[in-house]
Amino acid sequence: MKKSNNENSIGEAIKKGDLWTKLSMIFFGAGMFGHKQKVKGIAVFILEICFIFFMANTGIARLMQLPSLGDNEQVEIWNEAKGVYEYAAGDNSLLILLYGVVTIFVIAAIVVLWILQMKQSYSCQKKLENDQHVPTFKEDMKSLLDGNLHITLMSLSCLGILIFNVVPLVFMICMAFTNYSKEDSHLTLFDWNGMTQIFRVLNLNGNIGQQFWHVLAWTLVWAFFATFLNYILGMILAMVINRKHTHGKAFWRFCFVLSIAVPQFISLMIMRTMLQPEGAVNVLLMNAGMISEPLPFFTNATWARITVIIINLWVGIPYTMLQVTGILQNIPSDLYEAAKMDGAGPIRIFFKITLPYMLFVTTPYLIAQFCGNINNFNIIYLLSGGGPTNVGDTAGQTDLLVTWLYKLTIDQQYYNLGAVIGIMTFIVLSVITLVTYRNSKSYKDEGAFN
Amino acid sequence: MTVMQNEKAKLNKRPLKKRIGNFFVHVALAVLAFIWVMPIVWIVLTSLRAEPGSYVNTFFPQSYTFNNYIKLFTDRNVLNFPQMFMNTFIIAIFVCVIQTFFVLSVSYSLSRMRFKFRKPYMNIAMILGLFPAFMSMVAQYYLLKSMGLTEGSWIRVALIILYSASAGMNFQIAKGFFDTIPHSIDEAAIIDGSTLWQVFTKVTMPLSKPIVIYTILTSFMAPWIDFIFAKVICRADASQFTVAIGLWNMLQKEYIHEWYTCFAAGAVVVSIPIAILFIFMQRYYVEGMAGAVKG
Repeated sequence: MKKSNNENSIGEAIKKGDLWTKLSMIFFGAGMFGHKQKVKGIAVFILEICFIFFMANTGIARLMQLPSLGDNEQVEIWNEAKGVYEYAAGDNSLLILLYGVVTIFVIAAIVVLWILQMKQSYSCQKKLENDQHVPTFKEDMKSLLDGNLHITLMSLSCLGILIFNVVPLVFMICMAFTNYSKEDSHLTLFDWNGMTQIFRVLNLNGNIGQQFWHVLAWTLVWAFFATFLNYILGMILAMVINRKHTHGKAFWRFCFVLSIAVPQFISLMIMRTMLQPEGAVNVLLMNAGMISEPLPFFTNATWARITVIIINLWVGIPYTMLQVTGILQNIPSDLYEAAKMDGAGPIRIFFKITLPYMLFVTTPYLIAQFCGNINNFNIIYLLSGGGPTNVGDTAGQTDLLVTWLYKLTIDQQYYNLGAVIGIMTFIVLSVITLVTYRNSKSYKDEGAFN
Repeated sequence: MTVMQNEKAKLNKRPLKKRIGNFFVHVALAVLAFIWVMPIVWIVLTSLRAEPGSYVNTFFPQSYTFNNYIKLFTDRNVLNFPQMFMNTFIIAIFVCVIQTFFVLSVSYSLSRMRFKFRKPYMNIAMILGLFPAFMSMVAQYYLLKSMGLTEGSWIRVALIILYSASAGMNFQIAKGFFDTIPHSIDEAAIIDGSTLWQVFTKVTMPLSKPIVIYTILTSFMAPWIDFIFAKVICRADASQFTVAIGLWNMLQKEYIHEWYTCFAAGAVVVSIPIAILFIFMQRYYVEGMAGAVKG
């Protein structure tokens, strides 16, 4: 039933369409209207009217402004009568860009609608020609709960993703190619300036460029340790708890799970205050006479880096433990028995059997974890705040690309640089995802573990 | 009984070396458990501490009081915590309903139905997921502003929209779960004359309790634990703050001395319901994850 719809290409519809179908090239829905689908035809036509109205009203004006992003500065005008300066509103490049992007999306939507209604008209026409039944409006509505249920279920959330995810993303990507930034006070009026900012970020000799490569390197180091330490230690913990001779399994599991149950931002803020120079940990250690002055948990770069990795272990190990428990029990026991027969010790068994098996099964999970860690905003922002920061730098020693992006946009108002960093993060993530996924065993030979 | 006695006998027969090893494993577990539980114990102790301020010389409080909790819920002058609690609660309920619907319906469609847009949708979702989530935050703010949703109590609507709008991209876990339900069950229902909608609501949903509960739980928790989006959308409008911003503010320089113990109390208040829910639902969480990895 569906297939006959798909075979209708647009070209065919235009060439072989009858009067009604041809009419719908200009008047949306005419084809449906003329082919016994009156309600749908009228609805589509109303959409077209709305679109034309929108374009005439604001759309065209917005598109015209898009290339220049506005030139009129806000000016002061002396008002003789009142004796005060009045401000004549100038152009706001940000809004011009935003509305421009929205207008482009509206146009794209109307093009899609045009294609869909052409296809629909033609398929109705063909059905009439072949004496087939054309679905009535009522039947169409009914199919929304049956054969076309996916349209009912997904359209709202697709709309949400489109408006609040895709449009903003396109908008932000555009921003990377402008000079929208606090520098030279381009906060209301800005222009396109091509790849300048991208080259600036990639340039190893500039200040921003150096910071970028620094932050990128640390981000990768962080993601590597955060992912694999959590993974391996969490796995070991799960195995120790599930050992045959461990007593009170439920109790141990409860202790570790408790820390997941506390919202992450709360436990992170607690950690942060505990690790301050005069926080609980330092106080305890000093009272015990183990140290004479507070440990520089977040004030020394190396200390801060190690601290965030260790605290991430505290946060992450229970998760890993929960998640791998089930998979660990799926490992075929004959593998273990064979290894024991051959006289392998527990460490050897772990590295030769458990780890390879787990890596094989959980590669997609690991990739997701790695990407999640590259984008792990909460841990860094709530713990070290990216600090300590060298004088004159915008990025701190523990800043990840994401936290730096946040600082650049929200705190510093270097919007264009922030957007470039966002794009770079995306590129890094997609390269990692593609490379690791292509090289993973589970991609190369599916379902063959040996 | 006899089985257990046999087991015990076996345990006692194990060589001494192994038993000592076993003992050390338990000691190690106890140390680790202590490390994991200590911060939580500490925050509970702090929430009951009578001495104000964030820095004290002792681990255990000198004297205990319940006033921090009372102050948290009665002092409306400086940081209006009851208001924040209500804001977050209202937002959480709406987000929970919308997000659960989105996640479940998208996952069901992707798992059970075959349509042209299916593969592109999954690829697009994956690509979008690779961008940092708040890269588009500024743009989202201006979009919401142009709709007039960033003033007064509309902020709540803005936050609800923001939290639930992209829920349709988090389908992996639920889809993985639906994939494990045999298709033959659906087919049987369809032969009996059910529409797909009826299959979705009357067959698949009852069979998917773990994942439904898991989805409800995670979506209800989202507004309580996010503070980045809330901070950007609320800006300085204190009447619309959510709990997360409030707690964050209590740790800022100007409030920390007076509010630190209240922060601890607030942290406990927010954590307890979530913790209870989580421990109760832990099994479902694990099942949901296992399903995702399999799928």
